[in-house]
Amino acid sequence: MTATMATTANVLGALAEVYDPELDEPITRLGFVTSCEVSADGDVEVILRLPTPQCAPNFAFLMAADARKVVRRLPEVREVTIKLEDHYTGDEINAAVGRGEGFTGAFPGETVDDDLLALRELFLRKALVGRESRLCEALLRDGGTAEEIAALRIDDLPDTPDARRCIELRRDLGLAHGHDEPAFVLPNGDPVAAAELTRWLRTARLVRMSLEVNGGICRSLLQFRHGVAIDDPEEVLR
Amino acid sequence: MYQKDGESYFVVDAHQHFWDASPANWVKGQEQYAKGWIECFHAYMGLGPPETHWPLEKFMKYSEDDYVHDVFDSGHIDRGILQSTYLKEWYTDGFNTAERNARMVEKFPDKLIVNGRFDPREGEAGLKQLEEDAKRYNLKGVKVYTAEWYKGSRGWKLTDPEAQMFLDKCKELGIKNIHAHKGPTIWPLDKDAFDVKDIDVAATSNPELNFIVEHVGLPRIEDFCFMATQEPNVYAGLAVVIGGLMHARPRFFNKVMGELLFWVGEDKMLFGSDYGIWEPKWQVEGFIDWKMPDSEEYSDYPHPTTETKKKIMGLNAAKLYDIEVPAHLQLKNGGAPAAKEDAQLVESA
Repeated sequence: MTATMATTANVLGALAEVYDPELDEPITRLGFVTSCEVSADGDVEVILRLPTPQCAPNFAFLMAADARKVVRRLPEVREVTIKLEDHYTGDEINAAVGRGEGFTGAFPGETVDDDLLALRELFLRKALVGRESRLCEALLRDGGTAEEIAALRIDDLPDTPDARRCIELRRDLGLAHGHDEPAFVLPNGDPVAAAELTRWLRTARLVRMSLEVNGGICRSLLQFRHGVAIDDPEEVLR
Repeated sequence: MYQKDGESYFVVDAHQHFWDASPANWVKGQEQYAKGWIECFHAYMGLGPPETHWPLEKFMKYSEDDYVHDVFDSGHIDRGILQSTYLKEWYTDGFNTAERNARMVEKFPDKLIVNGRFDPREGEAGLKQLEEDAKRYNLKGVKVYTAEWYKGSRGWKLTDPEAQMFLDKCKELGIKNIHAHKGPTIWPLDKDAFDVKDIDVAATSNPELNFIVEHVGLPRIEDFCFMATQEPNVYAGLAVVIGGLMHARPRFFNKVMGELLFWVGEDKMLFGSDYGIWEPKWQVEGFIDWKMPDSEEYSDYPHPTTETKKKIMGLNAAKLYDIEVPAHLQLKNGGAPAAKEDAQLVESA
């Protein structure tokens, strides 16, 4: 063993950067990482398990491929194996991810979309809308007016996980995210105007609720099927 | 009829099943799918109160006696609508066919309605079968299950050109209620398979038909709400909302119901127990007792009244299925649930 040896802790740390694209939550917090082993030689094996065997193969693929990417970036790591267990299309996904191939490698003849960029973007936009609505509601609760909130810049936002994630999401979507940019934007990057803030929030809040409810159902199903107890934002947030 | 606090409710369970998912019915070579499917359903049962959970063995195939007890004797259900889901690639005799459901209807003709199904990938043979089923079972509704696997295909959409032929056939046969169910679906593989846009298109092109979106489009409630608010003939099927959230996630339940009442409205929401996933008893009793909390968090959601609950629990579905409701169980102030024509008036206002 050397001082630069990869550890389970830093592999798990890397996996915390992998988000479930559909729920916008790290796979580690959702309880999707069932095991993570690092051999003496620095070979890593990560086992992933989703709430049901029927969970959408496209999102499952993205999580497995992203997991491989972040773990391979760790300098001390040699071979990386990602295994998706208990899933209808697990074999196809595991084989393609193991070969470093895209989505077409897993489902040849059934798709021509190797990177699933459109799918990923659609859910990055939903995630941004959802996070912004949570930030906005907190500001309104603290007495902010629509005019004040619409005038805020990114730098004015409190340093919270939601605010930091909004900036990441804007970066990933190719939207302006500099210090002086408007804090609240539509998914196309246009600022939310004060006059439309209430109407925007009504729809944004629904998007957020949908993401949260789906996350809640996923957690409950995992809990019931495998006795996995996971930290639960429904209880934690308020 | 269910009575509580001096009020009487006519209860229509618009989404229930009588299935056989026992190992004897699994297609050889497809066992992992047949088993995975029913185990997934069984996990959903886990979202209900613990005292209502069944062992997996019973869950795979419950008896007629179980059904009668859970639905009629203790479940407060006045009328049940049995939905048909075939899944014959995985289950030899089908998971929950119209034929199997009809056997139950024969025993309780005054209490049960069977819905048929169609699959546009079956082409001419499918159209002919739909015609036969409509006559044999006097169909007023069908369930379409876009996630079904069929000869190498992993699903279909209501916008597929063949689907319109089947919707036209429904109109011709007097079938007016289309219960559309999306999940758990995996196709199209590279897009959001839960997207409800195809239902939106079909609802717009077929204003004579009612589209009941089962499980309110979960996991895409937001897309469903944005659609339903614009389409007068789109309804919210509450199966899974009540069974899956009211007990397990009460805060989310309040919010989902609040959003549905706001976007879709109480005249277009239908109770469904999803039995055998969940027993109706605790769902009916819990829903009648349910109140939107008065706290700030829920302040701008509509707050349900007794009338709201009477509509959702039965009167809305009774209207769609021409079920006669005894006079004393109708709304007192003559406030019948809004008809499609009423919704259109609002739409064009």
